[in-house]
Amino acid sequence: MKELIIIAIGSAIVNNVVLSQFLGLCPFLGVSKKVNTAAGMGGAVIFVLTLASLVTSIIYKFILYPKYDYLQTIVFILVIAALVQFVEMFLKKAMPPLYNALGVYLPLITTNCAVLGVALKNVQNDYSILSGVVNGFATAVGFTIAIVIMAGIREKIEYNNIPNAFKGSAIVLVTAGLMAIAFFGFSGVI
Amino acid sequence: MNKCTERIYNGIIKENPTFILMLGMCPTLAVTTSAINGLGMGLSTTVVLVMSNMLISLLRNIIPDKVRVPAFIVVVASFVTIVQFLVQGFIPSLYDSLGIYIPLIVVNCIILGRAESYASKNPVVPSIFDGIGMGLGFTVGLTCIGIVREILGAGQIFGAQVLPLAENGGLGYTPITIFVLAPGAFFVLACLVAIMNVVRAKAEKKGKPLPAAQGCLAGDCASCGQSGMCTGKRNTASEKKENA
Repeated sequence: MKELIIIAIGSAIVNNVVLSQFLGLCPFLGVSKKVNTAAGMGGAVIFVLTLASLVTSIIYKFILYPKYDYLQTIVFILVIAALVQFVEMFLKKAMPPLYNALGVYLPLITTNCAVLGVALKNVQNDYSILSGVVNGFATAVGFTIAIVIMAGIREKIEYNNIPNAFKGSAIVLVTAGLMAIAFFGFSGVI
Repeated sequence: MNKCTERIYNGIIKENPTFILMLGMCPTLAVTTSAINGLGMGLSTTVVLVMSNMLISLLRNIIPDKVRVPAFIVVVASFVTIVQFLVQGFIPSLYDSLGIYIPLIVVNCIILGRAESYASKNPVVPSIFDGIGMGLGFTVGLTCIGIVREILGAGQIFGAQVLPLAENGGLGYTPITIFVLAPGAFFVLACLVAIMNVVRAKAEKKGKPLPAAQGCLAGDCASCGQSGMCTGKRNTASEKKENA
């Protein structure tokens, strides 16, 4: 239990997926204009990342390991791509309200590097299936925290006078840098 | 200029993936803590890009249009796995410092982007040179950013001390360590984007506009290369083209 909590805090806050590992930067910069959409994206990432780490951990433990582990990159990327498509179809049929909330964001995650990154990290750190799922969930929570904070700041930045050269994505990157410094303060936690 | 040298010039200068097109920003930020890491990552990506461009161009008439994106991903992932093992076997120090970012070359948008926009439409030889050009352009970009971060953050270039450090109260350089850490990457990239904004504005005034930035920094998914798979894309660039 203690180990799981350490993994969770570690990947949600200390080694934040966006701000210290630079995974999933595209949605972080692209979908962070409004808090609502950012939260929706975060929800979709939590859903997909947890599911993807469960599926990839199971596949690695029972099929790939130890004979075919050199195939992990190929298998993981295909499984993740297929999984996201299936989840989208399933939600559309079975749970329309959830699909309406998350559906638009699901395809954006298909080849998001955060998903593949978490799957590979689980293998690299020799996590058990349970630890892998916790790691995936916590990483996605970290992503959600970062993107929602970023969206909140961006809504305020809109009203500020920014030098012409820094308008657009440059000021967003500066903000992300400052957030990264703030998150750096957590590195003493574990 | 013949077609092959034109592709290389295009990749390194005219449509440099890091400075002009702004593609592949995840690895750009993550691995440029030193010049040597940037160079290693750039060259690994170049190898994958050249090989996958070659194979995809060879197979371009065989792969059915509907399953092309998954087929491209399998091709790219296979070459990434090969490169990963080669780096692990022959340059273990580089493998340790790049770590998870080598397998993540699979989702680098430059590679799928070139496969989708160039290699799947052009013959083999130009596609190979396109891969070499784009790959070297990416390598140059990563190495430059790596050099800037290494000088500011440690006073070194390629591990050699170029700025004497201030020690024992003597005159010298005090490293700004934050530049080799995660936040520094964001600041360096922010300055790069700002500089490119100014350059772009000047070029536009002269009447010679630069090619538009693509990828996530431009907020446009159309050029992503993975957009074939992505139904939620905001297809602004191609819509604009249709309207024009």
